[in-house]
Amino acid sequence: MKRILSALAAGLVFGLGIALSGMGNPAKVLNFFDPLGTWDPSLAFVMGGALAVTAIGYRVIFGRRQAPMFDAKFHLPTARTIDVKLIGGSALFGVGWGIAGFCPGGAIPALGFAPWPTALFLISMGGGILIARWLQALPRKMIA
Amino acid sequence: MITDFTPFASLFGGILIGLSAVILMAFNGRIAGMTAMLGGVLEPQNPDGFWRLAFLAGAIAAPLIATLLGAEFSFASPTTGVVLAIGGVIVGVGVTYGSGCTSGHGVCGLARLSPRSLVATLTFMATTFATVTLIRHGFGG
Repeated sequence: MKRILSALAAGLVFGLGIALSGMGNPAKVLNFFDPLGTWDPSLAFVMGGALAVTAIGYRVIFGRRQAPMFDAKFHLPTARTIDVKLIGGSALFGVGWGIAGFCPGGAIPALGFAPWPTALFLISMGGGILIARWLQALPRKMIA
Repeated sequence: MITDFTPFASLFGGILIGLSAVILMAFNGRIAGMTAMLGGVLEPQNPDGFWRLAFLAGAIAAPLIATLLGAEFSFASPTTGVVLAIGGVIVGVGVTYGSGCTSGHGVCGLARLSPRSLVATLTFMATTFATVTLIRHGFGG
């Protein structure tokens, strides 16, 4: 229960942050990536603020504690390999972000203040996640 | 479509996004990555998934409540529905193969100085820039 409440609190702060920052506004996101046209550099401030707070916060947490408050250990990603999957997937994500103006973290809170057309994006993205999982499972099925 | 330059609101919003990542790490020991968050929700057999649902519910509820209290967040989607849906599918496939997006790689991963996240972030920032430039200005830039 404690874990659910702290996750809810973190989610509330995240949602408000995204909404205030403009990260959930496709027009603003797309303008950030258009320095040759209607450039809006605001998102550099979003990324800068988020990264600075997270980097300092993580340092403090990992420096002082062996485990989080409500769990036995930190659950950190263990993958280390830089491969075609990582680069190709990230490249593809950028293409989609550039087409739609939405990234996953921007779209989820946008559902709260602009349900349409955000829902259309999120449903399509969910479809994309399921397609990718199905594709990833294929080779193993064929071997078996 | 021109949008207003909002350095203060964007910086403050960014600080809140960072604060959220710090809260989730300090209390739950988890990365605030939206790809993994959504992936967990699409896996209902996962018994430890409720905290993810709670995070997502909070992320949607905060701006919803703020809107009901009279706040206004500027929003415009300059694309058609079909284009938005195509972009959505591509984002879904990309973040699944790339194991993360702006929040997981771009914020949490870079904050941990993860080489994987640095490569992922530089890659998607470059292809997003290339895609927007191509769509808006054509091959000549």
